[in-house]
Amino acid sequence: MEQTDTFELGGRALTSRLFTGTGKYGDDGLIPAVCEASGSQVITVALRRVDLDKGADNVMRHIPGHMTLLPNTSGARTADEAVRIARLARAMGCGNWIKIEVISDNRYLLPDGYETVRATEILAREGFVVLPYMNPDLYVARSLANAGAAAIMPLGAPIGTNRGLRTEEMIRILIEEMSLPIIVDAGIGTPSQACQAMEMGAHACLVNTAIATAADPIGMARAFGQAVQAGRRAYLAGLGSVAALARASSPLTGFLDQEEGGI
Amino acid sequence: MRVIVNGREMMLDGGLSLRDLIASVHADPAVVVAELNRNIVPSSAFSETMLQDGDRVELLSFVGGG
Repeated sequence: MEQTDTFELGGRALTSRLFTGTGKYGDDGLIPAVCEASGSQVITVALRRVDLDKGADNVMRHIPGHMTLLPNTSGARTADEAVRIARLARAMGCGNWIKIEVISDNRYLLPDGYETVRATEILAREGFVVLPYMNPDLYVARSLANAGAAAIMPLGAPIGTNRGLRTEEMIRILIEEMSLPIIVDAGIGTPSQACQAMEMGAHACLVNTAIATAADPIGMARAFGQAVQAGRRAYLAGLGSVAALARASSPLTGFLDQEEGGI
Repeated sequence: MRVIVNGREMMLDGGLSLRDLIASVHADPAVVVAELNRNIVPSSAFSETMLQDGDRVELLSFVGGG
């Protein structure tokens, strides 16, 4: 019998380590099947003004009831704006998890570390389960831990680029140095990249664009679910060491025509 | 009365509640969160919250995002 490997976060015991998003789907009607195929138990949403001419979008009707909702603060350019969005999101009555995104750079959508730490401090004090999107910087990570973050979400590459784990070495350092869970967010473009992040010891991955914009989002969701699981299992099993020179896998004795007691 | 809703100036009849306003923009009050003059109004108070001239209202809902 396999041991259960749960990820404790914000009072939940998650059995899936793949978080998904709801952005960029050609058809939001795919979302329930994507949740099912990926096995994901945590899903992100954004908060926006109601379109006064078209009425309110209702992405919520596509999200299965068992999912933990992770609203983001996208659109916030300062800590104060992120705090305002987080409070509004909580007023929706869908829980107290919040993914902090504070971004004022529109070209690369890189997170503002200082403002992110400030927002984390305020929201953690107000009882939110705070998951900040961050640059994989050790000092920012430590500040976020001190500020009360429940986990940190370092980027692999800029949002929506599908460029993979460009920040691999920095994420490796965070995994090594931080006791907070590390959820790799942004930039993961392929299941193998998600698998690699998990093999490195990341606690979870968040994937949106790579699933939502795939030719077959449901098939891709399943592939990501399996990849994250495979990577996690590999990490738990303990990877073999890497060597510069060959080390034979087969015995180096008992060859044909070999003389007894010597070569 | 003049009310700013989501940044748009609207001329509205007096005696309008927040719930009436939400219905008038074809939004479902169950999926909308509202701010009146920067204060969050719980959905349970939409009906009893009457709008005043000069109010600033924000109506938001969850949308797809990553």
